[in-house]
Amino acid sequence: MESVIPIFKKEFRGYFQSPIAYIFITVFMVLLHGLLFWATGFLVIGQAELREFFGLISIMLIFFVPAISMRLWSEEMKLGTMELLMTFPVRDWEAVVAKFLAALAMIAIAILLTIPLPISVGIAGKLDPGPVIGGYLGALLLGAAYLAIGAWTSSTTSNQIVSFILALLILLVGSLGLDWIRQFSPSWIAPWLSYLSLREHFDNIARGVVDIRDIVYYLSVTGFFLYLNVRAVESRKWT
Amino acid sequence: MIEVRNLRKTFGPTVAVDDVSFDVTKGEVLGFLGPNGAGKTTTMRVLTCYLPADSGSAKVAGYDTADHPIEVRRRIGYLPESAPLYLDMDVTEYLSFVAEIRGVPPPSRRARIRDMIELCNLGSVQRRPVGELSKGFRQRVGLAQTLMHDPDVLILDEPTTGLDPNQIVQIRELIKQIGREKTVILSTHILQEVEATCTRVQIINDGRLIAQGTVDELTHLATGDARVVVRVKAPPAAVEPKMSAVPGVKSIRQIQAPADSAARYELVASSSEEDALEEAVFRTAVENGWVVTELRREAQSLEQVFQRLTRGEA
Repeated sequence: MESVIPIFKKEFRGYFQSPIAYIFITVFMVLLHGLLFWATGFLVIGQAELREFFGLISIMLIFFVPAISMRLWSEEMKLGTMELLMTFPVRDWEAVVAKFLAALAMIAIAILLTIPLPISVGIAGKLDPGPVIGGYLGALLLGAAYLAIGAWTSSTTSNQIVSFILALLILLVGSLGLDWIRQFSPSWIAPWLSYLSLREHFDNIARGVVDIRDIVYYLSVTGFFLYLNVRAVESRKWT
Repeated sequence: MIEVRNLRKTFGPTVAVDDVSFDVTKGEVLGFLGPNGAGKTTTMRVLTCYLPADSGSAKVAGYDTADHPIEVRRRIGYLPESAPLYLDMDVTEYLSFVAEIRGVPPPSRRARIRDMIELCNLGSVQRRPVGELSKGFRQRVGLAQTLMHDPDVLILDEPTTGLDPNQIVQIRELIKQIGREKTVILSTHILQEVEATCTRVQIINDGRLIAQGTVDELTHLATGDARVVVRVKAPPAAVEPKMSAVPGVKSIRQIQAPADSAARYELVASSSEEDALEEAVFRTAVENGWVVTELRREAQSLEQVFQRLTRGEA
């Protein structure tokens, strides 16, 4: 457990040592607010638009999370530092957890930096805090699940671009893709598809209805892909 | 300190390490010598618990690499081949990350990092990003990394590749100095390196240990013939027949064309005649009225031993 903290610190600092963190946060903020104002009309944001605001975050994360996760393992493999890291007194799962948490912190910062928007809505008029808290909780859970998927794809290749595209593909299919297929699928499959869909549960939580099943869903997806991540890191030992 | 028994590791159909056993004790610098792809790196990776062995065992400081990998790693400082580093960090940041992950206690961390910077001569670059450093500096940062937690065992995979001659001498001195109190394994395919730094040598080829011993032992091991090089001023046609007649000489060959009417020859004799050979060659030259401008015994170098052993096996 004691190795998690140094690796977390190293990874987290790494985002701010390169321009990644700044570019990521800036682009995320500009795009999010820009799209929101463009889609909903300038400065007329109320309760209803906040739903779209969280919806937009959930879609933007599909593209932004792989950009953060792609370097997690691919870069270590490319630089050869994997051999260094894995010969420090570190267990494989400790490294996986530390890297995941550092990237999650990065994503959480970007998400939480949007808080001024709901606050200003609250100042301007009436605001139901339930959906706002739910929205942020949902966005973090969704971000964690996306991130676990991205971290896993990163651990399967030394090429960051491949890692990015792979993660993006899985996220697109797992969220928007499943939503789309559901429209054409027979009625007995539809509930299953909507249960599997990465974004479906987010909509529930963002409505302010925090159902333990939705939380369990995200935690299991996250856990499952982190487990795959550990296995991929171990795979060097299989040959 | 290190005990390896019947170690075997395959990658699919390729046998990387085949039934390798050896011991290294404290205060020894063991040179792992072999052509590229001989199994040196794989053996090191097993010792550092990066890869598991297929069969056989490896113990470091009494801990088995398969059962107690974390304990083993705590006691090892490892420099992987080509010294991989995090390029975005600066030297001091990198070393403090290493100090932290290696569990150097916080109060002594700063002092320890300072000592390592001094020991490895990194003072001038301590605030520079690792990615901007030259190969020589990177190698030294890597070495500082391996020494940070004052490990009992150092495993260095080709520690001097890519360094200039001055840096090579420095690093070798450092390794020798460290080797007195610790256990060091270093791999190389540079033979002078072994002669300069190692107390013991192991030659590995195609995954098998084919020879081990001190540098002296190994050079004697392969000595079948004695060689003498002689340079004489003499009529070229006369030299070969006369010299061939010297007792014990098995063959003679001109190795350098005549310059100033003197040519250089190499004589091969059986090693039992070694001591008498030079004298006999000299007498022959004097009897014929030739001027000897050079006469030396060619020592069997580790290089020749190495070539003979590795080619013979293949």
